[in-house]
Amino acid sequence: MNRRLLRRAFSNMMVGLMVAAVIVALLPLFFILMNLLIKGAGSLSFDFFTKMPAPAGEHGGGVAHAIVGTLLIVGVASLIGLPIGIAAGIYCAEYPTSRLTWVTRFVADVMNGTPSIVVGVFAWTWIVAKQHHFSAFAGSAALAMLMVPMVLRTSEEMIKLVPNSLREAALALGYPRWRTSLSIVVRTTLPGIVTGSLLAVARVAGETAPLLFTALGSQYFSLNLNQPMAALPLTVFTYASGPYEEWHQNAWAAALVLILVVFILSIGARLAIRRRFDLNG
Amino acid sequence: MTALTERDPPRAPAAAPASLEVRSYGDRVFKLLLTLGAVSVPILLGFLVFELWQGSRPAIAKFGLGFATSSVWDPVTEEFGAFPLIFGTLVSSLVALVIAVPLSLGVAIYLTEFAPKAVRQPVAFLISLLAAIPSVVYGLWGIFVLIPLLRKSVFPLLRSSLGFLPLFQGPIYGPSMLAAGIILAIMVMPYVMSVSREVLMAVPNTQREASLALGATRWEAVITTVVPYARSGIIGAVILGLGRALGETMAVTMLIGNRHEIASSLFAPGYTMAAAIANEFSEAVGDMHLSALVYVAFLLFLVTVIVNAGARLLIWQVARGSGAGSKAL
Repeated sequence: MNRRLLRRAFSNMMVGLMVAAVIVALLPLFFILMNLLIKGAGSLSFDFFTKMPAPAGEHGGGVAHAIVGTLLIVGVASLIGLPIGIAAGIYCAEYPTSRLTWVTRFVADVMNGTPSIVVGVFAWTWIVAKQHHFSAFAGSAALAMLMVPMVLRTSEEMIKLVPNSLREAALALGYPRWRTSLSIVVRTTLPGIVTGSLLAVARVAGETAPLLFTALGSQYFSLNLNQPMAALPLTVFTYASGPYEEWHQNAWAAALVLILVVFILSIGARLAIRRRFDLNG
Repeated sequence: MTALTERDPPRAPAAAPASLEVRSYGDRVFKLLLTLGAVSVPILLGFLVFELWQGSRPAIAKFGLGFATSSVWDPVTEEFGAFPLIFGTLVSSLVALVIAVPLSLGVAIYLTEFAPKAVRQPVAFLISLLAAIPSVVYGLWGIFVLIPLLRKSVFPLLRSSLGFLPLFQGPIYGPSMLAAGIILAIMVMPYVMSVSREVLMAVPNTQREASLALGATRWEAVITTVVPYARSGIIGAVILGLGRALGETMAVTMLIGNRHEIASSLFAPGYTMAAAIANEFSEAVGDMHLSALVYVAFLLFLVTVIVNAGARLLIWQVARGSGAGSKAL
């Protein structure tokens, strides 16, 4: 009798410990968001989004160049990476028995685990070292390379959810394969594919390591993809490691902007995915 | 209704679209475009391996495999050895796992086995948000919030209570192996948590029921039945977390102190492979310095490939076909 009570008490104690683990695991999220809001929100102003950085050590100034730079670099990366990733994803889902599918899927998993800094080094040896100068385009190429395997896997998973009966119905009505794939299968999963793409964009928008020696960062406004360009994550890094208090404040504000963008993209994508497909994820 | 929403089992071979003949011109173009996309993925990876090998060839020729065991790092005399970097990478990742694994397993087990239904999704969602925070933001937070906190209260406490261990001796600087390990633990936790949660969810309910029917308490059912059933998948999740930790760059670079040294104390600054590349690459002087850094990147790549392949094999064993592990990435 007594032993049973002891065992039950032990069971409850372990559950208590696990609840504690949940709380400890959530604390960092709470603290990081709180600190970002407290330290970053104060420096957010109209100037912050529209002005160029002030000279080192002076008050004010903004990060307009970095916001535009991030938009450009990530935009170009999406233009390259998304079509390749989605096409490869459709291929893997639509030709599941092909040997190429097996290879591509395996390689995508390998690439998903590859550290982003290694991809940055690759973009450097491939583009920067051959052109002998840093360029925003090399940064875009590195980010695109990170996007491909992510988009590939999410598109593939999404397309696999389409019931085969839909395909069969279309084929039975005399649709050619390509129209079945595009107007029936891809159309049905379009929200899922868009969601996967948004998640990939959110992931690479915050990437710093692949840009360090490709886009390099810059103090000037630039729209030239062939030149070094500023980006928000790089700005956070430079300002955080710098010696000036004003820089630190701007680093917090830039980090707040960065995280708002990333969160809006990824939360929006996740909510959309849940409503449409009712995935348990 | 049911016919459309029902999730089909993996396609039956008879209905496999691949077996359909390519008929029209449109089909051929369509398949060609898709094939181009699919082929470009392995080609890109092959190219990456080739470029890294090509870039590190001078360093490989000069230092060979001794590169991994030598501790000299001197750009002036062009002598390079990556042992402190490899050591730092391993130690910081191990510290991260020691902290993150019990926490993430606790959370994963709680969420799959004990938590009320209303709590499960929101908590899992909040923890997945941790994975969405960019690395550089972790670094910023680490420099200005975590390190002052550690230096003021946590490190002195560790030194006074566990100071008999060499791990917790010596002067306290702030930026250190332990600080990097703690930030890595926070970053790795969501991955370990979500993969082990998926693995645990793949354990058949009959296992739990059988154990409870034999009179086990709920905790006993979990620890004697569910966890052993999912063991290799959980190990896979941990190794996947290790893979993440090994390659993590920005936050570590900002917190580890960046010194080519090996110290027994976790309070001492160190260096990791990724951090060395991030710090020195754009300022590298001389081709040999660059080549040595590309060599480091090549080694880092090989290690993460091996680690990830191992993790995937293990996860695949438990969650065959349920797709666990791929979604979390």
